[in-house]
Amino acid sequence: MRALYDRITALVFALGLLAAVAGSAHAGPYEDALAGFTTDSFTDTFEAIDGVVASGSPMAAQLLEALQDSRLQFSAAEKKVFIKTRDGALLDAATGEPAVGAPPADLANVRLNNRLRGALNAAIGALTLMAPDPGRRLSAAQSVFRSRDSSALPAVEKALEAETNARVKKALTEARAAIIVMSDDASPDNKIAAIAVIRDRSDQESLALMSGLPANAPPEVRAAATDAIAKIQSNLAIWRTVQNFWYGLSLGSVLLLAAIGLAITFGVMGVINMAHGEMVMLGAYTTFVVQDLIRTSFPGLFDYSLAFALPLAFIVAGAVGILIERTVIRYLYGRPLETLLATWGISLVLMQAVRAVFGPTNKEVGNPSWMSGAFDLGGILITYNRMWIIIFTGIVFVALLAMLRYTRLGLEMRAVTQNRQMAAAVGIRTARIDALTFGLGSGIAGIAGVALSQIDNVSPNLGQGYIIDSFMVVVFGGVGNLWGTLVGALTLGIANKFLEPFAGAVLAKIAILVFIILFIQKRPRGMFALKGRAIEA
Amino acid sequence: MLTSRHPLIHLLDRGAVLFLVLLGAFAIAIPVLNLLVPSGSTFHVSTYLVSLFGKYVCYGLLALSIDLIWGYVGILSLGHGAFFALGGYAMGMYLMRQIGTRGVYADPILPDFMVFLNWKELPFFWYFFDHFAYAALMVLLVPGLLAFVFGWFAFRSRVTGVYLSIITQALTYALLLAFFRNDFGFGGNNGLTDFKDILGFNVQSEATRNSLFFISCVMLAICFLICRAIVTSKFGKVLVAIRDAESRTRFLGYRVEAYKLFVFTLSACMAGIAGALYVPQVGIINPGEFAPANSIEAVIWVAVGGRGTLTGAVLGAFVVNYAKTYFTSGFLAEYWLFMLGALFIGTTLFMPRGIIGTYNHWRANRAERKDAERDGAPPLASPRAAE
Amino acid sequence: MVDRQTTSALLYLDGISVSFDGFRALNELSFIVEPGEMRAIIGPNGAGKTTMMDVITGKTRPDSGDVYFQEGTVDLSKLDETEIASLGIGRKFQKPTVFEMHTVEDNLQLALKNDRGVRATLLWQSTAEQEKRIDALLDRVRLKPLRSRIAGSLSHGQKQWLEIAMLLAQDPKLLLVDEPVAGMTDVETMQTAELLKEINRHHTVVVVEHDMAFVRELGVKVTCLHEGSVLAEGSIDDVSTDERVVEVYLGR
Repeated sequence: MRALYDRITALVFALGLLAAVAGSAHAGPYEDALAGFTTDSFTDTFEAIDGVVASGSPMAAQLLEALQDSRLQFSAAEKKVFIKTRDGALLDAATGEPAVGAPPADLANVRLNNRLRGALNAAIGALTLMAPDPGRRLSAAQSVFRSRDSSALPAVEKALEAETNARVKKALTEARAAIIVMSDDASPDNKIAAIAVIRDRSDQESLALMSGLPANAPPEVRAAATDAIAKIQSNLAIWRTVQNFWYGLSLGSVLLLAAIGLAITFGVMGVINMAHGEMVMLGAYTTFVVQDLIRTSFPGLFDYSLAFALPLAFIVAGAVGILIERTVIRYLYGRPLETLLATWGISLVLMQAVRAVFGPTNKEVGNPSWMSGAFDLGGILITYNRMWIIIFTGIVFVALLAMLRYTRLGLEMRAVTQNRQMAAAVGIRTARIDALTFGLGSGIAGIAGVALSQIDNVSPNLGQGYIIDSFMVVVFGGVGNLWGTLVGALTLGIANKFLEPFAGAVLAKIAILVFIILFIQKRPRGMFALKGRAIEA
Repeated sequence: MLTSRHPLIHLLDRGAVLFLVLLGAFAIAIPVLNLLVPSGSTFHVSTYLVSLFGKYVCYGLLALSIDLIWGYVGILSLGHGAFFALGGYAMGMYLMRQIGTRGVYADPILPDFMVFLNWKELPFFWYFFDHFAYAALMVLLVPGLLAFVFGWFAFRSRVTGVYLSIITQALTYALLLAFFRNDFGFGGNNGLTDFKDILGFNVQSEATRNSLFFISCVMLAICFLICRAIVTSKFGKVLVAIRDAESRTRFLGYRVEAYKLFVFTLSACMAGIAGALYVPQVGIINPGEFAPANSIEAVIWVAVGGRGTLTGAVLGAFVVNYAKTYFTSGFLAEYWLFMLGALFIGTTLFMPRGIIGTYNHWRANRAERKDAERDGAPPLASPRAAE
Repeated sequence: MVDRQTTSALLYLDGISVSFDGFRALNELSFIVEPGEMRAIIGPNGAGKTTMMDVITGKTRPDSGDVYFQEGTVDLSKLDETEIASLGIGRKFQKPTVFEMHTVEDNLQLALKNDRGVRATLLWQSTAEQEKRIDALLDRVRLKPLRSRIAGSLSHGQKQWLEIAMLLAQDPKLLLVDEPVAGMTDVETMQTAELLKEINRHHTVVVVEHDMAFVRELGVKVTCLHEGSVLAEGSIDDVSTDERVVEVYLGR
């Protein structure tokens, strides 16, 4: 082991020096080292690895990686080494240029044994710790933290000295601390200092590291570790709360998106639309069709697919909504229970129609690039699609509020909500308002479908999964009040996510349903109910 | 001689008698055609059909229970499938305990799914289900108790109309989720099945199937008579009064919630009986029975037949389910959901009274016209004119 | 105002306030009704007449104030509609609400003073005595020929009368009548006034009405409400000449 340390220290030194003297001459140390790979001897390969690292050649990382993946090939006859790229092309290892001419007949993989693999890993680690790209340096440091490979200590320390990027520096410090905590020969004081570093990192991994402390560690170190564990756990608990809150916010915004259209149709018109979920489903299928069209005809526009889908989904779902209102619902005003049954029938028809056209299976709807991936925020992982949906929901909500407050249509809608007869008497065409309101509610459901297509399976049953939840939100929040819907959705979403860790997803959901059933009995008109005589009539 | 004011006259009006006669004929004819007519004959009814009709009869009973509360008190329950399923589970638990050592794992006490889940002991709520009388009691008690507790909360806080419908739907949805769980102790996803005996008779045998069919018809007749007795009594008039003008009824001094609670609980018990008779005839009960869609579908049977008519509810259950069986087995299967959807829309738009209700309405109109012609007076006399 | 312990009033309201979302429907409303009295309540729209009825019958709970019945012995604000109805307070709504799907006879049958419990109605059988009561009531409101007619098919005025008959069938100690002549012809209005006066011989009556001719015809003490409290009280002549009343109501 000792030898390996020395060797790597030497390597890193050499690397530093050579990086300074850059500009590799022909037949330099790199090309010399390459020859070691052509003899098919483990000892020679070992030295060749050292040589390549020491050479500081820009090809080094690529070559060692190829070696690790068994993509490094040699020809004993021609004394040449080749890198086979992932897509199968052959590169001359010496130049990095594609190999000229036909590949040699005796092409064979450079073989590795366990000792070589260890050396290779350390070598790659050392190389990548010094890589020019900060991202690669960071992931190298993190992998050292995870492996706690004591052989990497000198490389880490070396890299630490040279590091300028704060994030990478922190990761390197932590990696170093992890090695020290686990090493047999570090002094207790050093270990305690290292534990402090790890304690401040405060994540699941540092907790695992602390818990894995050898039992034979000195008592003061163990005490420090116990403290650190307590600290980490309380930190983690805070982050868990934040995370639950975030997930709850995310679920709440999805609920809000699904329920807000319902709040309009139910609140303004008193119409129970059981086909509301299918409006959401139509929006999701509109997204699918738009993406399909873009994929086949304008692949470059894929990232903008949602921008096309949004207005289209609004129009499609809104038009279907107006059609339903004009052909069915308007004949059923004042008969809410019949409306409920008729719209359930409509939902069956719509689902079956979509099944007939698109088939019963899930449809693939892709995330545009700006909605894929995730980033870390403190101790939690935030996915872009959830984040955008929360933002999007906020925009829809505010736009809707503004529409109701500042536009003529909004004014007329509010008038109809408050007093239908009086609104009719002052010349508002209530029938037209009804149709438009229903269209608006449905259109917003369509928009919700676009958003939900990004996080849920797009199938004919999509809407069914949301309808009961949406009703719960509207009923819980109180009818005829968008703020109630907002608070209702967020409360239910967050409560659900906080219950889940204790009760599991299904029981949490049951608990919420039971809670709402009880709540409705306490406050039959929801949290933010309109009071007074108007609603009694 | 019965006077015109005797309650029996109201209880057994012409429609009710006709219904009972038809039901009796059906109850006798089907087993006769199955057991006594040789299988080659065109009049032979297969055992499969016997169970299928038995299933319809159970659906008829479920529809009857829904009609009692929707047609007469205006409570639209979208969760009656839950009471049906609970009754079914109670019966299924009895049937599971009867399997004994004939199960795959041959455990004398534990049903197969518990052995499979590595459970060592029978959960307490499975105790005594090996006794038929206990199971039969639970068939009534479990749905009844749930309905009582639920109704007690809901009616006392005056949850009405669509709000009540929505929370009944949430109720059955919550139960659906719960029964899907393995650790809930009711067989999870797969539910309860592979039944062997009921009261010592093989559930698969022709004789048992015919008996179950016959018993279902008898239960339907009994429940029908109970419903008739209720709706023709003064109690029934109070129910209709609540349906049409709830707060007026309150101001008259009637305790509306007590009335609703009584009839809702009774209705849930009937739905439970329907479920209990259904399970041995179809041979399985699983959480799917709790699906909200099932409950709503049962409501449409009532709407099609005519709500507030009792006979209509049963007729609707037969007609819609026969249509479902007919269409879903043929090349039209794909269009069945279109038809069902259209049925929902069409019934509410064009025939809100349903089949029997429309017929009754037409007859009442005709009778009124005849009266008017006979008397030669306008039907609506003003009070002063009449003075 | 009389103290509730010593009051002889049948109905005693003191300092009642009710708000809906910030709107004060009743504002410190106080008045009393003596046993055997007939009282007319007038006031413009939004004066709180219907809310006052709601408070008395238990439909709305007052935010503050006392409502007592029967010489201050029963606190109505603690009871619900059913209990208050059983105490003997009958209410006729502004819009006639009869049970439209029942016959005229059944409507009265449901209203007759009887045990209202579930078991009682399940096992109930009509008696000859009750038949006679119904006959008498139908005579009184001139609906006898329509006995087996479905109530939904009656004319507006007939429904109003049927509802009054139902109130009488309850045999209440106090009748609250909300706009009984709305939508009636002049002749019907006068007949209704007669009917109410006849009823008042045995019952205490509170009538809410807009129709001044009708109120004049009744010839009873009048209370004028405005913005949720009592503006003036006295005979119709006194009230209709009161300056403030003229300003808010009659003068318009």
